[in-house]
Amino acid sequence: MPEFNWPESDRRWRIGKHRTRVDGPAKSSGAAEYTYDVKLFGMLYAKMLACPHARARVTSVDTSAAEAMKGVHAVRVIQGPGTEIKWAADDIAVVAAETEEIARDAVNAIKVDYEVLEHFVFEEDLDKAPEVNPAQEQTTGEPVQAFSSAKAQSEGYYGCRVVSHACHESHGHVAHWTDDEHLTVFSSTQAVTGLVGQFSEALEIPAANVRIICQNMGGGFGSKFGADRWGIECARLARQTKRPVKLMLERGPELQIAGGRPSTFARVKTAVDADGNLTGWDSKSWGTGGPSGTGSPPLPYVFEVPNRKHQHSSVPANIGPSRAWRAPNHPQACFVTMTALEDMAAKIEMDPLDFFLKNISLTGVRAETYAEELKLGAQIMGWKRKWRPRGQSGDGPVKRGLGLSLHTWGGRGHQSNCEVLIHPDGSAEARVASQDLGTGTRTVIATVLAETFGLRVRDVTVRIGDSRFPASGASGGSTTVGGVSSSTRRGAINALEILLQKVAPELGVAPEELEAVRGRIRVKASPNRYLTWKQATGQLGVNPISATGRNPGPGKLIDSGVGGIQMADVSVDVETGIVKMNKMVAIQDCGLIIDMLTAESQVYGALTMGISYALSEERIMDPVTGRLLNDDMEFYKLPGIGDIGDLVVHMMTGPGYDERGVIGLGEPPVISPGAAISNAVANAIGVRVPYLPLTPDRVLEALEKGGAA
Amino acid sequence: MPEGKRPEETGSGISRRDFFKTSTAGAVSTALISKQGIAAPGEVTKLGPDPVKVKLIVNGKARRLKVEPRVTLLDALRNELDVTGPKKVCDRGTCGSCTVLMDGKPVYACSILAIEAAGNQIVTAEGLGSPDKLHPIQKAFVENDAQQCGFCTPGFIVACQSFLVENPNPSVKEIEEGLGGNLCRCGTYKGIREAVLETAAKGGFDA
Repeated sequence: MPEFNWPESDRRWRIGKHRTRVDGPAKSSGAAEYTYDVKLFGMLYAKMLACPHARARVTSVDTSAAEAMKGVHAVRVIQGPGTEIKWAADDIAVVAAETEEIARDAVNAIKVDYEVLEHFVFEEDLDKAPEVNPAQEQTTGEPVQAFSSAKAQSEGYYGCRVVSHACHESHGHVAHWTDDEHLTVFSSTQAVTGLVGQFSEALEIPAANVRIICQNMGGGFGSKFGADRWGIECARLARQTKRPVKLMLERGPELQIAGGRPSTFARVKTAVDADGNLTGWDSKSWGTGGPSGTGSPPLPYVFEVPNRKHQHSSVPANIGPSRAWRAPNHPQACFVTMTALEDMAAKIEMDPLDFFLKNISLTGVRAETYAEELKLGAQIMGWKRKWRPRGQSGDGPVKRGLGLSLHTWGGRGHQSNCEVLIHPDGSAEARVASQDLGTGTRTVIATVLAETFGLRVRDVTVRIGDSRFPASGASGGSTTVGGVSSSTRRGAINALEILLQKVAPELGVAPEELEAVRGRIRVKASPNRYLTWKQATGQLGVNPISATGRNPGPGKLIDSGVGGIQMADVSVDVETGIVKMNKMVAIQDCGLIIDMLTAESQVYGALTMGISYALSEERIMDPVTGRLLNDDMEFYKLPGIGDIGDLVVHMMTGPGYDERGVIGLGEPPVISPGAAISNAVANAIGVRVPYLPLTPDRVLEALEKGGAA
Repeated sequence: MPEGKRPEETGSGISRRDFFKTSTAGAVSTALISKQGIAAPGEVTKLGPDPVKVKLIVNGKARRLKVEPRVTLLDALRNELDVTGPKKVCDRGTCGSCTVLMDGKPVYACSILAIEAAGNQIVTAEGLGSPDKLHPIQKAFVENDAQQCGFCTPGFIVACQSFLVENPNPSVKEIEEGLGGNLCRCGTYKGIREAVLETAAKGGFDA
């Protein structure tokens, strides 16, 4: 059996370099086809009727007018009389029609009567919640004693609101029955392989008869693992009408029911000893992720304070159910923890950088990484030169401040299978039923294949996004890069071994004495004895080599567990409450980096998304009607190109990092921005703004209250 | 960004209002006003509700179609003409993902009716270049990795191209203000900023 490992650093021609993404030209020229762009012959357009009430019982549904409309092919009631609706914009019915316009008219023509019921959408007000799931409590050490013997204590209140995933390409599918028993679904999904079973089960056809295709998808961020009820209905409409049907969510429902990160509110106390060592943590937190509440954020985050107590209550609320949002529970836990620690540092008049470094051993196995990253980040940010104690940033109306935070994530590669083909004409391809969310999955697979074969990236073909290819895991939890890079590497090594065996006799050496480098199969000991790649593959005869690779598998190609730090530099106008980003610095490790350019892009993107939830983005619920007030992109505010300031990304690479193997990167860098920016604002204006996002009204309110929650 | 932000600090201009303020996009309102302005009350021709014939000139080719008068330029391009570079995201003139050129000026195709665009030259990202023959700004997007999921990219490409025609040598501040009418969710702004600067530095691309 060949050895399965990554090449040593001096033998990496493709891996770890800045190479442009392989699908870049298709995307920038508008040629890349997304699910939303798919148009099949005879295709109908479907629209969904969304419930206007946050909680209601459906009493009657009259679809007759809709069904009678010219151009309408089918109307299906999803939640009929007697059903209790638990959140606004939940799907009631769907219509398939000749055009989008007719479908919308038909949806408007459906008459639904509701018995409107009491709702609860403002979970911060815990006392008014009709239902609170019993608090989970965890205690380690002797927190009571730690607080009674503390040199200093700090208390604070912190809250971050529900945010939506707000994918640019809304959730949706195009369903096409190729005959009565076979279904093809074009889907905007993070789980090409995973959707097969969901559709086959719901539609009661064999999984072998379902094909899922997703060539390009316009963002998921954790919200696109499911077929979704409206997706199943799309397939039912297609079966009923015997026509392909496209159903993409409109923007309002997209923001309300197709994503959502749970809120978290927390009252936190911390304790330190005379030397500034963290000794005690006590937190009571709560939050909601919709009708079934939410899980407990890992508090305290990363810093394992020796004596700690954490209570978390899950509050059911009548809002669209939450979905995994990049690094589930981590951004909230990080925000609560790193702000509470920064408040303590301010209280004992210590530079938070020194405070974090002093307590860095509490971060456990990654302590050395964090320390190294903090020092490097401080250098890049000019922390020691710029940092001023809290509230001492001059007399003018614009205050400047610095903040920091750190985070962790697992990111072990998921199960993945890859088929690698070497064709007699020299072309090479990898087939994996994975998906590229824009993270660079195609590019990573191409890079690994090219590296292993000693070819240029442009010489290899990557086929993904089709469930007919070998099964691969869903893209969630930063698991894709580890999964597909290792399955591709193993498949490529296996394929290459077959090729080397084939050509070894001609070069007069054993296969182990050959290597594939720079378009040649050559003898390691005498590189001038070689066959070109094409000469070598020309000896294959008619059939290509087909080999497979899988993850997990032999050899150490992947790992899990990363640590990253971030620092923010902001200016806050204390007269208007406006926070302006000056700069963010992100230092991140993620093991061996396959493609540096797309890796850095992930971190830049995470910083930008972090700035978004830190400064502007939130679901604003109307307590009276229970509806989302900002259900469009005008008022669900994402930052623009002028709102992000200067972003600096440094990836930790080289000895100590590379040999760990590949680790995922999608989640970690999006965890810290909220905390780092909140800390920078507190440092600038002298008081803690308790909430994310840090909107001007909240900044002004915090200034007025002088920091009291 | 937050309401109440001072105009000179906005930069993002993620609202329709701010889009109108930007130099590149000034033509949106002008075009709309002039279209509306020419029709005196007595001269109004009532169209619809049944489909009407429209001739659109898209990427240099005349295309004939029949659509209801209420159909937007965006839906006509995507659903009738299979021109899917312009994307449907907000559908309310906020995000810029549907940006196309209409007679050389950038417009939100979701906020213009197909019948309004009849006879005008419409150019989409596909009309600027193809994967094998990229326009310089498209090439710069690839080289600076100014795209992730890519769904906002074709709209951004068109906005950037138009911006560079008006501002061949822009400052970062001008880029931030001039391109405030397009939104990206993946967070590719840094790459876009660099792509525009790089294209400008190389200079002289064919408008």
